Amino acid sequence: MSTKGKVGGIIANLVIIEVDGPVSQNEICYIKMSGVELMAEVIRIGGNNAYVQVFESTRGLKPGTEVEFTGHMLEATLGPGILSKNFDGLQHDLDKMEGIFLKKGDYTPALEDDKLWEFKPIAKKDDAVFPGSWLGEVKENWIPHKIMVPFKFEGTFTIKSIAEQGEYKINDTIAVLINTNNNEVPVSMVQKWPVKIPIKAYKEKPRPFVLMETGIRVIDSLNPIVEGGTGFIPGPFGTGKTVLQHALSKQADADMIIIAACGERANEVVEIFAEFPKLDDSRTGRKLIERTTIIANTSNMPVAAREASVYTAMTIAEYYRAMGLKVLLLADSTSRWAQALREMSNRMEELPGPDAYPMDLPAIISNFYARAGFVYLNNGKTGAVTFIGTVSPAGGNLKEPVSESTKKAARCFYALSQDRADSKRYPAIDAVDSYSKYIEYPEFQEFIRENISPDWIDDIMLAKNILIRGNEAYEQINILGDDGVPIDYHQIFWKSEVIDFVILQQDAFDKIDASTSIKRQQYMMNKVLDVYRTNLKFETFEEVNPYFKRIINIFKQMNYSEFKSEKFNKFEKELQDIINERILIED
Amino acid sequence: METTAFQKIHTKVNHITKATCSLHADGVGYEEMATVNGRLAQVVKIQGDLVTLQIFSGTEGIPTNAEVVFLGHAPKLPVSDELSGRFFNAYGQPIDGGPEVDGKTVEIGGPSVNPVRRKQPSELIATGIAGIDLNNTIVTGQKIPFFADPDQPYNQVMAMVALRAKTDKIILGGMGLTNDDYLFFKNIFENAGALDRIISFVNTTEDPPVERLLVPDMALTAAEYFAAEKNQDVLVLLTDMTLYADALSIVSNRMDQIPSKDSMPGSLYSDLARLYEKAVQFPKGGSITIIAVTTLSGGDITHAIPDNTGYITEGQLFVRRDTDIGKVIIDPFRSLSRLKQLVIGKKTREDHPQVMNAAIRLYADAANAKTKLENGFDLTDYDERTMKFAKEYSDKLLAIDINIEIDEMLNTAWELLNKYFSVAEIGIKSELVEKYGKRKDN
Ligand SMILES: Nc1ncnc2c1ncn2[C@@H]1O[C@H](COP(=O)(O)OP(=O)(O)O)[C@@H](O)[C@H]1O
Ligand SMILES: [Mg+2]
Repeated sequence: MSTKGKVGGIIANLVIIEVDGPVSQNEICYIKMSGVELMAEVIRIGGNNAYVQVFESTRGLKPGTEVEFTGHMLEATLGPGILSKNFDGLQHDLDKMEGIFLKKGDYTPALEDDKLWEFKPIAKKDDAVFPGSWLGEVKENWIPHKIMVPFKFEGTFTIKSIAEQGEYKINDTIAVLINTNNNEVPVSMVQKWPVKIPIKAYKEKPRPFVLMETGIRVIDSLNPIVEGGTGFIPGPFGTGKTVLQHALSKQADADMIIIAACGERANEVVEIFAEFPKLDDSRTGRKLIERTTIIANTSNMPVAAREASVYTAMTIAEYYRAMGLKVLLLADSTSRWAQALREMSNRMEELPGPDAYPMDLPAIISNFYARAGFVYLNNGKTGAVTFIGTVSPAGGNLKEPVSESTKKAARCFYALSQDRADSKRYPAIDAVDSYSKYIEYPEFQEFIRENISPDWIDDIMLAKNILIRGNEAYEQINILGDDGVPIDYHQIFWKSEVIDFVILQQDAFDKIDASTSIKRQQYMMNKVLDVYRTNLKFETFEEVNPYFKRIINIFKQMNYSEFKSEKFNKFEKELQDIINERILIED
Repeated sequence: METTAFQKIHTKVNHITKATCSLHADGVGYEEMATVNGRLAQVVKIQGDLVTLQIFSGTEGIPTNAEVVFLGHAPKLPVSDELSGRFFNAYGQPIDGGPEVDGKTVEIGGPSVNPVRRKQPSELIATGIAGIDLNNTIVTGQKIPFFADPDQPYNQVMAMVALRAKTDKIILGGMGLTNDDYLFFKNIFENAGALDRIISFVNTTEDPPVERLLVPDMALTAAEYFAAEKNQDVLVLLTDMTLYADALSIVSNRMDQIPSKDSMPGSLYSDLARLYEKAVQFPKGGSITIIAVTTLSGGDITHAIPDNTGYITEGQLFVRRDTDIGKVIIDPFRSLSRLKQLVIGKKTREDHPQVMNAAIRLYADAANAKTKLENGFDLTDYDERTMKFAKEYSDKLLAIDINIEIDEMLNTAWELLNKYFSVAEIGIKSELVEKYGKRKDN
């Protein structure tokens, strides 16, 4: 018999329930309003009272309403059919809901019970298997979706029987296992897992070291991220967090992209709905939507489900990682999730921490980031969950709890600067403030030396240095005046501007410039560093600005042209001519 | 919202605070409306049979034996075509002397649109103001506020934009409007002969501030009726959302909630997002566009109200006085329309995005030159040119008294770019310079 209860108190979406039996923390219950059931999660227990956060509006709810507890926590449904879906924060399929407006309690199933999938066995009778072992696979879009021994199982099993190749529905039994007590356990193609608990079906989680190409120059060429790495993008509103995440979701070299739209604008998700089915995935030649799953819990959707949405997304990511895939998880914005926690904590009148956030916010954030990572699976294959979240600091000031906690948890920091956004220097990542801790990892350095180029890391350091020196020169010029400093200062400043305009700035809305291959990035970086290394001769400081404007202009035209195309080569030649003008004077 | 015969009357109030009163009552629903000695109130908390009511007009003079009647529903608005041309208070009651509106009643603050049912906004709204159309193009289904100090003519600009936009309905939600501003809107709508497509919900400075909290939901509920059911393009004007947020903080303060930044409630983001996200483009035609006003204090956009707003809305239009030309302009630095990408260069001329960016970049250079000048340094020839450019750009394009077509805005921008700068300084894709630049050096 499951535990039942009655609504005792209501304060917005916090409901207090008098229960008649055992309940557990984070258990899911349904409040049975007439005609609709409201899903809720236990967030505190005191005596016979369970405090629950309701994933819906509580308008019209009356005390005395009956409640039924489910005996389990919030769970994700894992199986073929997740790819290309649009879920809400609790993994209900948004497309299956009827009508234009969301209806309370309209809980649609995540997957399709009737759909047939072509199953191919991988394991065979008598194999020893354990949670996460691959039993077989089905083709999901282009991904070989592994059917695994459910993660909830414990111990080792022997396969008694396994289905032959053929078409099956997700709930069909595709294998029967025997546990150590000689009991038979059937396995289907779908399993459930509580979202707040990490899936640990892997052998080892080493430090990540494989570069993840993003096509975004200021990331790859200056602050590279790795497969299984973590990063965060803080920035005041309007500085480009979402555009940057969208660019990552389109271009990053990953097998699967999960976008958690967490408490932000609905129209931004609509943009993905509208564009991704049309955009090509250059890696597979298919459409982008085929490698994408969207978890949409936008700002007007129930606040409590915001928190759930990022966990649902992470659980799905871990599930696909266990299949040996490279997953990129993007969450926009993690601050909204933290705010949802704050709202509940305030309603429960908990002792507040800084800025009224709950005391355990730093722990919650770091535990979440810790779920990302590169893993060796038990069968020797590798998989990765790379996580990049945005942070929306109040007033744009990074001295606030969410930014500070995240900075401790994430290894890459992509700071968006208001000044750069104001002067339309997009993406507005401040390349000097930003960092990638992975650059310091010897295993990453080795990977780069072997796979990209032996000079790459040195070039990154040099480029950053030039930017810093450029900033200093600029400050000196501002303090002392154009003619109060040696002409060299102008040259140093303008050489850093070349890096800024040619490498850092990138037009996310231009077909060609939007994404740059590593090869092309290297080529352009070398060109820019060549300019840096060339000693150019100027008679007066007034010559410096117009000259570099010309250089930058030609470089930009190169960025807008197809790599190594006729046009590109023509501009490249023009560039050389311009450079020669100044070298010649030296002679 | 009258009392009917079968409704139970309670007459024992236990607790009274500045904004709320509590009493024992059974069978009451959350957010249900009630009257307390005739004043409208709403259920904000239920603990067993103890019900807490927020009285919108305040609790002054409420006795412990006040008559409390529960109305059995959340706040409602009757909707029908009869709304057109009418003026209402925050409760949706007529204030223009006209009759009650006949129509089906719907609860305000209803459900959200399923994101997968939304259509991507794509229809440009031309306002004739280059600070908007050229630099911060707005589209139907967008939500965007004016950010302005209280002394700026934001209500005038907003009314002008509303009347120039080709929409089927304009719905005004006035919160804490001064009587003068209320009369200004009334007159300008009447004089434009547009009254029949305008609906107003107004709370003035003479009304209790907490009543304001109902205004945006009233306006948006009416908007949803015309947009979702009649497939009309509806423009909702909300002014001043800062006063709305102030009312939120009054309530949360009186209910002893822990304030977060700038004494605003911790739920400010969600509270504002719930309203602004009502902006939508419906799949079968019909849209709700929200243009709001958020007044600033001393231009500070880091205050919690503009800050949270900026995180929610699809850009903002920053209104300020340009002392160099003595006119009010839409500041290109702090302004942004996040949806402009959907139309510029697509519904407008292909050179639009690059021309817009080039001009703003040069305008930024002028700002640097100006700082240099103020610090007592000599200006280079380039600095001089940017400053001259900036002045003319501000006068001919940024000022709010401009009323021209977008092509003309682009041509004007090119004229100014050509007048002051070389091709390299402009830095626009060469194809576009050749095609639209009409330069002598090309
Ligand atoms: N890489 C970019 N290239 C061009 N414009 C950009 C770029 N990044 C941002 N923008 C501009 O800035 C606006 C705001 O960006 P967005 O990512 O939505 O900001 P945030 O999420 O930080 O609030 C965009 O609508 C766009 O106009
Ligand atoms: Mg954003």
